[in-house]
Amino acid sequence: MGLEEKLPSGLVLSTVEKLAGYMRKNSLWPATFGLACCAIEMMAAGGGRYDLARFGMEVFRASPRQADLMIVAGRVSNKMAPVLRQIYDQMAAPKWVIAMGACASSGGMFNNYAIVQGVDHIVPVDIYLPGCPPRPEALMDAILKLHEKINTEKLGPNREKIIKEVELAAMNAKPTHAMKGLLA
Amino acid sequence: MTRLTDPYASSRETTEGTVFSVTGGDWDSLVTEIGATKEERVVVNMGPQHPSTHGVLRLVLELEGETVTEVRCGIGYLHTGIEKNTEYRNWTQGVTFVTRMDYLSPLFNETAYCLGIERLLGISGDITERATVIRVLMMELNRISSHMVALGTGALELGALSPMIFCFREREKVLDVFEMISGLRMNMAYVRPGGVVQDLPDDALAKIRATVKDLRHSFKDNEKLLVGNSIWMKRTEGIGYLDLAGAITLGVTGPVLRSTGLAWDLRKVQPYCGYENYNFDVITADTCDVYGRFLIRISELEQSLRIIEQAVDKLEKLAGQPVMVADKKIAWPAQLSLGGDGLGNSLDHIREIMGTSMESLIHHFKLVTEGFRVPAGQVYTAVESPRGELGVHLVSDGGTRPYRVHFRDPSFNNLQSTSAMCEGSMIADIVGAVASIDPVMGGVDR
Amino acid sequence: MSEKGAFGAHGTGDTSGYGGLVKSKATPGSSERPYGSYFDDVADNLERAYPDFADAIEGVVIDRGELTLHINREKLVEVAFILRDKLKFEMCLGVSGVHYPDQIGRELHAVYPLLSITNNQRIRLEVSVADGDAHIPSLVEVWAGNNWHERETFDMFGIIFDGHPALTRILMPDDWQGHPQRKDYPLGGIDVEYKGAVIPPPDNRRSYK
Repeated sequence: MGLEEKLPSGLVLSTVEKLAGYMRKNSLWPATFGLACCAIEMMAAGGGRYDLARFGMEVFRASPRQADLMIVAGRVSNKMAPVLRQIYDQMAAPKWVIAMGACASSGGMFNNYAIVQGVDHIVPVDIYLPGCPPRPEALMDAILKLHEKINTEKLGPNREKIIKEVELAAMNAKPTHAMKGLLA
Repeated sequence: MTRLTDPYASSRETTEGTVFSVTGGDWDSLVTEIGATKEERVVVNMGPQHPSTHGVLRLVLELEGETVTEVRCGIGYLHTGIEKNTEYRNWTQGVTFVTRMDYLSPLFNETAYCLGIERLLGISGDITERATVIRVLMMELNRISSHMVALGTGALELGALSPMIFCFREREKVLDVFEMISGLRMNMAYVRPGGVVQDLPDDALAKIRATVKDLRHSFKDNEKLLVGNSIWMKRTEGIGYLDLAGAITLGVTGPVLRSTGLAWDLRKVQPYCGYENYNFDVITADTCDVYGRFLIRISELEQSLRIIEQAVDKLEKLAGQPVMVADKKIAWPAQLSLGGDGLGNSLDHIREIMGTSMESLIHHFKLVTEGFRVPAGQVYTAVESPRGELGVHLVSDGGTRPYRVHFRDPSFNNLQSTSAMCEGSMIADIVGAVASIDPVMGGVDR
Repeated sequence: MSEKGAFGAHGTGDTSGYGGLVKSKATPGSSERPYGSYFDDVADNLERAYPDFADAIEGVVIDRGELTLHINREKLVEVAFILRDKLKFEMCLGVSGVHYPDQIGRELHAVYPLLSITNNQRIRLEVSVADGDAHIPSLVEVWAGNNWHERETFDMFGIIFDGHPALTRILMPDDWQGHPQRKDYPLGGIDVEYKGAVIPPPDNRRSYK
C-alpha cells in the first residue's frame, strides 16, 4: 500500500500508527451517497445546527476519488447495488463505510424483493447506525465512534496479524441461528 | 476476463459505437480517442450518484457540444416495493410504509392514505374537527419544511451556498415543532385512519406561534439574497420552459403548473380537510420558467404561515375535543406515554383495559392484532402536496389488509417533463430545470 | 372474490378449523340511473358524443361518491379522445394496475383516473383483460403523461400497452424476470435471524388475516 507497510514492527511502527490514525480521523471527507430519507438527516447534520464542519466533514465530495468515507444513507435497491459497489471501488484506500439507518444496515422495514437486506452484502461496513432515520446527533455519534476506530487502526505487520485473528474468530464463531440464548 | 465483461474497462464496442467508461486514467488520451471517432454527438450519463440530481436520478444526455439534444431519465434506483409491502400489513400499519414514499412530505402521504381509507369506511363525516385542524396544521408545517429543502438544494445545485444553510436552519425550527407534537422529526406516522394518533402537548400552541413569528422574520434572509439577484435571475429566467398545454398533457401539477398561470390548487378547487374555511391565496406566475416556480415556492411559504396561524386559533377554541373517531371498532385504541422503562402504552389505558372495561380490551386486541375491516370497493383521493397532486388509489376486498395501494406521486409525472423542458438548452440549465421540478425520488420510485 | 381462511400463511399446522372458512366478498356492482351529482351529466354527454356508447361501456359503478366507467379495451382510445376533447377531461392522472386472480378471464385491470380542470370533475376508467392476453391499447397519444405510468404498469403487472413508444421496465432493473406486484409473485423477503429463532418475512408468517 504505502510506506507504512514497509516499516518493521516495533516502536517506530506504533508511533507511525498513532500519527497516521490521528491525521486520518481528523480529515475524513464523506462521499455523497445519500439515497432516501436518511440523506435528508445527513444534510441536516451538515447544516447549521448539527454542524459536521466541526470535524472538517462539511465538504461532501461528489467524486469518490477524493473521498474517504462513504455514508450509505438510505435504502439500497437491487438496481442501485452495482452502482454502490462501483462507487466504493472507485474510492482510494484507506476508506471506511458507515451504514446509516436501518435500511442500509439490514434492509430495515423493507424485507422484500426490491431492497438489498443490508449494505454489508455489497461493501464491508465499519459502523452500523440504527434509526429510521437516525437523528443528526446519532450520525455524529457514529462518526465519533469511527474516529476512535480509525485512531487505533494498526498498520503493516500488526494490521495483517489483526486481520488474521478477526478472520479466524469469524470462521469459528457460532452462527446466529445456532446460538441458544434466553429464548431457548 | 475479457474486456467486454469488465465493467471498469476504459472502452468497449457496442452496436451504437464505442462506449468510453471514464473511471480515471489519462484525460488527454481519452480525448484523442474520442476525437478520432469524429462523432459530434456524445452521450453522457449523469449517473444515479450525482450531487446535483436531487437523489438517485439517472439522466442520459445526448450532447452536441454544450447543447443538449436529448434527455432521458432513468428512474427506479430507489424502488422499494412499498405498494406491495402494504398488501401484507393491516390498514393502520400501512401508514408507516406510506409515509416513507415521498420522504420530504411524509404527512401528505399519510393524510392522503388516511382520507382514502376514511372514504372507503364511510366515516369521512365523523372525523372530529380537532383532528382535521391538526392534520391541516401539520400538513402546512410540512409544506414549509419541504419547500425549504427544495429551495435550499435548488440554490445549492445552481451554486448559491448560503441559501442552503439558511433553509436548513428554518427547517430545523419546523422539525422542532414536529418533534414536540409527534415525537419524530421525519416519517412520523402521526396521521392514522380515523384521526391523528395523539393530541398536541399543552405548550405546543405557544411554541407554534413563536415559531411562526420567527420564520416570518427569517424567510426574509433568503428573499433578500435571491429575489432580484441578477446572477440568480440570469440562471433561472427563461430556463426550463413548459407552457400550459405541455403541462396539462403531461399531467404536471403543483408549482410547475401554477407557473404557467393556471391557478389550480386542490386546496381551493376540491377542498379536503376543511380547507374551504381558511383564508389563503393561490400563488401563480406567468413566466413558465424556473424563476417563476422559485417565486411561487417562496410565496407559498407565507401562505402556509397564514394557514398555520388560523389553524392555531381554531385549535384553541376546540381544546378538549377528541382527536380520534368515536367508533371504537376503528379508532386506534392506545395512547402512548413515556414511562420509566421507555415509550409504551399509557398506564391509564392499561388500567382501563385490564381492570374496567372488557370491551376496551377486546377492541384493543382485535385492532392491534387484526386491524379493522374496510368494506370492499375502490377509491381515489387526492391532496395538494408541495410538489403537486398526490393521489392514492385504494382497492379494498373487505378484509383487514389493503388489496391494492397505488400512489400517483406528483414527482413521477413532473419528472417526465424533464425532456420537454431541457432539450435544446445547455447542460447547466438541466440542473436548474430539475431543481425547479423538485422531484423526490422516494415518491418517484416508491 | 372470495377469501379463504382466517390466517395469513398456509400450511403452518393450523388446527383451529378457521382455516377452512370461505368468505365471499362482494364488490360494488353496476349502478342504475339516476347516478347523482354530476355523474348523470357526464354519462349523458358521453352518450350524446359517442353513439357506440352501449358497446364500449361494460358497466357503470357509482360507489363512495365516485364514478367508474368499465370500458371495453377495443374502444378505449376512441372513448378517451371523446372524453378529452368533447367532455373536457384534459388531465389523466396515470394508470394503476390491479390484479384480481379470482376473476377468471378478467384478471388484470388498468384504472385511469381522469380530471377535468374546466368542469372540476373526476371520473375513473377501468379496463379489464385476461391474464393470457394482457394487451391494452396505449393512451400515450391522448394524454402524454401516461408514458411512464404505462411502463410502470407493464413492469409491475405484465400488461402490454400496444402502441406505446418504448415499453420497457422502468422501476425494476432491465433484466428482471417476473412482474412483482402480481398476486402470484412472492414478496421476496428473507428470514430474520435471531439467536436460536427465525422470523419469516410477512408473506410467510402466521398472522391474522
